[in-house]
Amino acid sequence: MTVNELKKFATDVRIETVKCLEARTFGHIGGCLSIADVLTVLYNGELKNIDPADPKKLDRDMLVVSKGHAGPAVFATLALKGYFPLDWLPTLCEGGTRLPSHCDRIRTPGIDASTGSLGQGLSLANGFAHAAKIKNLKNRIYCLMGDGEIQEGQIWEAAMYAHQYKLNNLIGIVDWNKKQIDGTIDECISLLDIAEKFRAFGWYAVTVKGDDIEAIQEAFKQVRENQSDKPGVLVLDGVKGSGVKCIEKMKFNHMIPVDKELADRCLAELEAVKNSL
Amino acid sequence: MRRMAKIIYNGEYEKKAITDQFVENLGGMLEKDPDVIYLDADLMFAFGAGLWDLGDKYPERVIRCGIAEANMVGTAAAMSVMGMKPIIHSFASFITRRAFDQIFLSGAYGRKTLNIIGSEPGYKQTYWGGTHMAFEDIAMMRTVPNAHIFDIVDGVQFNKLISKTVDMKGIYYYRTPLADNIAVYDEDTEFEIGKGIVLREGNDASIIACGRLVTISLQAAELLEEEGIHVRVVDMFTIKPLDEALVLKCAQETGAIVTAENHSVYGGLGAAVAEFLGENDPTVVERIGTRDEFGEVGSEAYLRERFGFTPEKIAERVKEAIAKKKD
Repeated sequence: MTVNELKKFATDVRIETVKCLEARTFGHIGGCLSIADVLTVLYNGELKNIDPADPKKLDRDMLVVSKGHAGPAVFATLALKGYFPLDWLPTLCEGGTRLPSHCDRIRTPGIDASTGSLGQGLSLANGFAHAAKIKNLKNRIYCLMGDGEIQEGQIWEAAMYAHQYKLNNLIGIVDWNKKQIDGTIDECISLLDIAEKFRAFGWYAVTVKGDDIEAIQEAFKQVRENQSDKPGVLVLDGVKGSGVKCIEKMKFNHMIPVDKELADRCLAELEAVKNSL
Repeated sequence: MRRMAKIIYNGEYEKKAITDQFVENLGGMLEKDPDVIYLDADLMFAFGAGLWDLGDKYPERVIRCGIAEANMVGTAAAMSVMGMKPIIHSFASFITRRAFDQIFLSGAYGRKTLNIIGSEPGYKQTYWGGTHMAFEDIAMMRTVPNAHIFDIVDGVQFNKLISKTVDMKGIYYYRTPLADNIAVYDEDTEFEIGKGIVLREGNDASIIACGRLVTISLQAAELLEEEGIHVRVVDMFTIKPLDEALVLKCAQETGAIVTAENHSVYGGLGAAVAEFLGENDPTVVERIGTRDEFGEVGSEAYLRERFGFTPEKIAERVKEAIAKKKD
């Protein structure tokens, strides 16, 4: 895919995410929009050996979405890649749906880990990565975390383990969108320099603009080529609600009502972006 | 009544410590199956030097996770998705209380496999005291859908069961004392998940016990026998799934039930038995266990006295239960 095509794909992820949340009338829109670009890079080349027709292949690259509430953006991406039909998306959170609000490996084709209680995903990624090494599999494990999420102590237990066992087939991603439910990260519990924190835990860390698709592609490559025997992490320096101005400028945009009026405004913006590409 | 097990109980301690039996068994499992993996949260020490030797022999599959139970549970659970067969260990208190959300979500909810050893449950923590005493781990684990819970009596039972469940899918929680077990089972005994074992016959009442309280209940039955009271004793090691048929049979044939567990009566074996009988055949159920109280530090003898876990006190409770019988 060309960069322009990737940008169109990312816009489609945002469009489908907004439509999906509109169907439910509320949802975690801010933290879904802020990962649209990295999901685009992951599912269009970065994740190797993945196949929508065979989503459980043992030696595929795997993605643990530790910030499980970003499910809708992941579902939109998976649907666009053909893991399941687009018309599943409006069933989000309906009784009996295949698409619950938080990522669920049992219900949804293409989801590699069940998450939702924050802070647990990096340990799951450790287990996948460590087992892959023991079994001499060549796959790589990615783990997408929220910035507020890494306030959880388990993340740092997992960070120490990944370094100790030289999990160089593990790449973490932190969606540094600067906000959590109750306000900005710095107003709640500051994380200071996230990349430095991971470096202090023995990881190879790179900070990159969260909405720059080419830069994200390049940063993944940089981590892969330089992590040597260490786990690596990408810190996505981004904005909560990224790509949709009317969401970006809201003070609180973690979990909000998404009525038709708001959805139409978002979609109009996104259609304009798409037409400009 | 059926007797599925070969009983060797005569009041004597196990010839070989349960820790050594486990390490030997684990060595066999590691050798036989390259998918078996053991993870510990800085308490390999509790199993002794043999486990360190296994660590040297299988450095890739005897994993020291450090003092980080939550990460250990998630890591092990994910390994099971990759086809590995994880056995994990910490004290019963830490592995359940501290890592419960991880057992629930990263483990059970994600339909993963874990063999969880929670060692030295309840009063077995003696000199480490109330902070380390798990009297609530069964209660917590009972609420996890489809989790299996075994309260272990001796090394034969522990190793026979874990050799079986290591090849199965799902969550298996073993609460296991690590020392000074009285031998109950011959090594030819086979254990069936969901089937309790009648260790002693009697028709005046039934003591349904688990784990550490099984042999103390057998001693209580001996005391009662001297008074002409004939008490049935059941080892209900399989707390979940509970052997409901056997509980019902005991209720119908003996008319009074006493439960005995090294755990709180809230949510433990006594609760499971009483809940089942309440719904199916209301019967007198006298429950022995801790109540609304914390553990505390002390010798095993002191703590058994303190919580009513002696043969004499159990015998008294049996007589109370018989006195409450409906007929």
